[in-house]
Amino acid sequence: MKTVLTAAIFSALAGAALADGHCAAGKTLTDGTLTIATGNPAYYPWVIDDAPESGQGFEAAVAYALAEEMGFAADAVTWVRTSFDEAIQPGAKNFDINMQQYSITEERDKVVDFSAPYYTAPQAVLTTETVMAAGGTSPTMDFLKELKWGVVASTTALPVVMEQIQPNQSPLVYDDNVNVTAAIQAGQIDAALFDLPTALYLSAVVVEGGAILGQFDPNAAEDPDQFGALMPEGSALKACVDAALAVMTENGRLAEIEAQWLQEATGVPLIK
Amino acid sequence: MIAGLSTAIVVVLVVVLVPLAPGWDAVKRSFFDAETFVNTFPTLLRAFLLDVAIFAWSVPMIFALGLAIALARGAQSAALFPLRIFGAVYVDLFRGIPVVLLVYLVGFGVPGLGLPRPWNSPYIWGTVALVLTYSAYVAEVLRSGIESIHASQRNAAICLGLSSRDTMRYVILPQAIRRVVPANMNMLVALQKDVALLSFIGPVEILRQAGIFKSLLANFTPYVVAAVIFLCVTVPATRYADYLLNKDRNARS
Repeated sequence: MKTVLTAAIFSALAGAALADGHCAAGKTLTDGTLTIATGNPAYYPWVIDDAPESGQGFEAAVAYALAEEMGFAADAVTWVRTSFDEAIQPGAKNFDINMQQYSITEERDKVVDFSAPYYTAPQAVLTTETVMAAGGTSPTMDFLKELKWGVVASTTALPVVMEQIQPNQSPLVYDDNVNVTAAIQAGQIDAALFDLPTALYLSAVVVEGGAILGQFDPNAAEDPDQFGALMPEGSALKACVDAALAVMTENGRLAEIEAQWLQEATGVPLIK
Repeated sequence: MIAGLSTAIVVVLVVVLVPLAPGWDAVKRSFFDAETFVNTFPTLLRAFLLDVAIFAWSVPMIFALGLAIALARGAQSAALFPLRIFGAVYVDLFRGIPVVLLVYLVGFGVPGLGLPRPWNSPYIWGTVALVLTYSAYVAEVLRSGIESIHASQRNAAICLGLSSRDTMRYVILPQAIRRVVPANMNMLVALQKDVALLSFIGPVEILRQAGIFKSLLANFTPYVVAAVIFLCVTVPATRYADYLLNKDRNARS
């Protein structure tokens, strides 16, 4: 009992020392440490080489900048991995914040908390050069309707395909990016909808003969796809994370990180 | 009387105690949300029709191929030894590979060879994967049925002047197949659930549709809906298998 008490007091003191005076003090899973979750595996360009500890990649960089803003040194950041399902299951979570391109939606917000958005993702169409050759150069909605579509189940891409594009054939749905690219490669689908950075990576590296047909203008969208850090419902940390993100937006840090890791995003034609 | 009482006590304990758990409210919201249940049920039921369709066109192929493999394994003549080896390898291979792996391998791998549409459809190759796996199981079940027929039956048929082919067709198989009907009903129940594995390669059947709802609503209730719909089919099927099993046992005693 005594050792437990001593340990508790000691860790409380240590926590107070690390995050002294900042609003995150005492609100994290482990005092003095910020536990951040990402996907398993975490994909390029969000995390480079599936190693978030390096701080390489957009989300990894945002995570470390965010932690710094909240008063956590880089060595006070711990990484864990979760699936989408683990993040929304009821019960105790093993992370303080979870960053893996979670789109903020009203329905999801009822079950978990989201931070303010840290990125607005344009949706882009991944396809192959063969399909591009068949459709000419200018991406039009009529052409998109004719395609056989594939999407990842756990993303918000399916509603976009169903409501905005309204394809003639019902889309096929897959578990993850790898399965979608396998289906494109096998010719089972013509096109898939991803956020632009992911689509650029897949077309350049993963899909043989891959191409980007175009992107949807996020500013024109009624309900743009915005990524937020996910937290357990009612998280005490939300106010701190939002405040830190606000500062990072204000002082240009967020834009700087975006320019460093997601710069290729320009030059993709808009779909009208 | 005692059985009824003890059952009642267990049920009451579960009903009273589970909601007392501190996380019950959260679990209830995530898994048993009435509004989500009602809203997603019609779409999920429609998606289940795809499962039924895949099941329906797979079953005849499974039994035809299973029977062929069982007969190949049981081939007697020395000249047919390669056939016997083929049957054994086939069963070892496809019974040994997890269904999911085979669905991926066949579902993405074969179309990847460059087949044109519609021949690269995930429906076709997903069905092929199911048929390969389940025919291996069914072949073994049928073989055990064939081997359970007493040798005197075969001898009697030969004495009557039947060829070995007619012996198999008119004497052995009718008895063997009847004897393994309950075991095959089990296969069908398992197959009905494994049809959902086709969702991995694209088709939006009930499990995938539930996953889509889960992701959009951040709620697991659609999975519970799917489970209920599955139970509505598999429970009667299992009971029917039990009934056949009992009938068979009574007929033999």
